[in-house]
Amino acid sequence: MSVATYILGVLSALVTLGVVIEMLRRRRLRERHAIWWLVAGSLALIIGVFPGALGWAANLLGVTVPLNLVFFVSVAVLFLVCLQHSAELTDLETKTRTLAETSALQEMRITDLEKRLVEQSHGGPDS
Amino acid sequence: MPPSLKRTLVVMPAFNEEDSVRKVVLEVLEKLPGISCLVVDDGSSDSTAVEALAAGALVARLPFNLGVGGAMRVGFRYAIEHGFDNVVQVDADGQHNPASVRALLIRLESADLVLGSRFAGEGDYIVRGPRRWAMIVLSRFLSRMAGTRLTDTTSGFRISGPRAVRLFAEHYPAEYLGDTIESLVIAVRARCIIAQVPVSMRVRAGGRPSHHPLKAAAYLGRAILALLFALMRPPVHLHSEPDGS
Repeated sequence: MSVATYILGVLSALVTLGVVIEMLRRRRLRERHAIWWLVAGSLALIIGVFPGALGWAANLLGVTVPLNLVFFVSVAVLFLVCLQHSAELTDLETKTRTLAETSALQEMRITDLEKRLVEQSHGGPDS
Repeated sequence: MPPSLKRTLVVMPAFNEEDSVRKVVLEVLEKLPGISCLVVDDGSSDSTAVEALAAGALVARLPFNLGVGGAMRVGFRYAIEHGFDNVVQVDADGQHNPASVRALLIRLESADLVLGSRFAGEGDYIVRGPRRWAMIVLSRFLSRMAGTRLTDTTSGFRISGPRAVRLFAEHYPAEYLGDTIESLVIAVRARCIIAQVPVSMRVRAGGRPSHHPLKAAAYLGRAILALLFALMRPPVHLHSEPDGS
């Protein structure tokens, strides 16, 4: 492996981690959404700094081609993130639905109250 | 006039039904004197809400389309907030005959949820192909679950008594087919007593039923999926009962 490739690997991992942490810092990302990206970034950094770790881990798990382990872990992380997003989406939809229902009921009450207010101010819309 | 008519709320989910909603509301109020009628405008882009108000209905406007389930839950919540005992669902397309509400109401005296069945003898409602099979499978299965013979489990024409209203105000599902199939499963599991009354259905005033074979097959699949998911979910209970969650 050339020095350039080594630097590229470390740098991309650092950029990934940097972006995620910066977004966390600015509250553009909540911890529970960032956790998988942090895990992925840290793993990439470890492999980037110690390329031998990949071969060691692949050997440990019995994966013949170390690169396949990278693909497997990447897909697994993406899968988990997607699943988490679907769950969050469902949760949000449920909340939105409840809010929409409440909003409809409150609008009815407001209209009703306004009507009564007008009636109360001696029966004419002169208020 | 039976006193229970005053304590009953007609809930009419309406999505772009400006052509028929006024006529249906007027018919409901005429044939069922003393009843209250709430039209839930499910995010319509036409003048459904205006037409319903003009006909003398109460109108709740949802800010966007939620589907029949969402619209019905607005109805159940409104019923609880305003002290109605019973909620009867009537479609805004004129398919349900308001005169049949009395029959549903009478049957409700010994049940918590009464379905208006289109296949129980009265009327000449005919469905063919996969849609029909779906209905048969669902009916067989849900009949067993409910411990009573139900011939039309996807009927939207149904009345809920006080216990079912309390249950549904919290747990009425919003998913596709959830308003018919899953709601029945929820009711059965919360130990509501289900019954049915034969009703005749009329041709819709607006819109048309889909009889395309592919669509019908998709319906069969989705119906069975909806049933399976409904069965897999943990049952919900009425809070005020000793067997509560």
